[in-house]
Amino acid sequence: MTPEITAALFQARAERRPLVLATRLPDGLQRILPDSIEDDLQDAARQALERDRNGIVELAGESWFLHVHNLPVRIFVVGAVHIAQALVRLTAPFDMATIVIDPRPALATVERFPDAALMSDWPDEALDLAKLDARSAIVVLTHDPKLDDPALDRALRSDAFYIGALGSRRSHAARLERLAALGHEQSSLSRIKGPVGLPIGAVTAPEIALSILAELVAVRRGAALGAGR
Amino acid sequence: MSGGVEDIFAQVGAWRDQGERVALATVIATWGSSPRPVGSQMAVTQSGRIVGSVSGGCVESAVAEASLLTLATGQPQVLDYGVTNERAWEIGLACGGRLRVFVEEVG
Repeated sequence: MTPEITAALFQARAERRPLVLATRLPDGLQRILPDSIEDDLQDAARQALERDRNGIVELAGESWFLHVHNLPVRIFVVGAVHIAQALVRLTAPFDMATIVIDPRPALATVERFPDAALMSDWPDEALDLAKLDARSAIVVLTHDPKLDDPALDRALRSDAFYIGALGSRRSHAARLERLAALGHEQSSLSRIKGPVGLPIGAVTAPEIALSILAELVAVRRGAALGAGR
Repeated sequence: MSGGVEDIFAQVGAWRDQGERVALATVIATWGSSPRPVGSQMAVTQSGRIVGSVSGGCVESAVAEASLLTLATGQPQVLDYGVTNERAWEIGLACGGRLRVFVEEVG
């Protein structure tokens, strides 16, 4: 890795710019993509970035290893509640950026959430600002339809890979009816994990946070979850 | 920031700031059962500090040695470990998988 490549890599990280580091094998010549050259390597890098997948490609008799340096997955937690605090703490070692959304100033404080980004906008406005994508997850925790529903509405209109909603089966059924009234189809509503989290018998806030995070990872990695889920 | 694997660049940056020379080993291909996915990385300093991993602990010491060689020569290396590689077999990749690792100096 030349000093120029190293510097460019660290600069892109500082600017939070996703990139692909292409390394020619075996001599180690490197190129950071995307750049201004339109060629097959550029196309391959674009695909690798989209699929978030590292690997070797063979192009014109050359072997290139493509290493994707993507931005962390974003987890939007709606509701600056006790479980949200546990979830933020639990996600710390993962390559995830946690954003807590709550317009209630008493709960969304830096003291309660020293390690999360806080947004005090109404949830739908916050999620509009955030520009949800396929590397986004939304977890709603407020139990309050006037906060949860707008967030779920925006989540369902996005490519978010994970949508979870805290609440009992009964409150979840009522929630689905309200969202259906907003025009969401059944197939779309089935994207919502509710009750949220893997069934590990979680009781405490950290345990519930663990069940949510475990489910989120399982969905992200395409794991086959047990029957009935 | 990573393609779904651990991020060791922050540590690499910190070591470089301390004046350490750092080699970076990256899993570039795997075959069969292999504990760490393609893209997994391990960084090794000239003073022998290690962060990250390229296997479940089976070949890390060999990769660390190879990293020091790369720091000495400045030359990158492509290394194969697995059941078909006698030396690696001695080191013991117990899972029976194979992996290919690229080692380079972070210039």
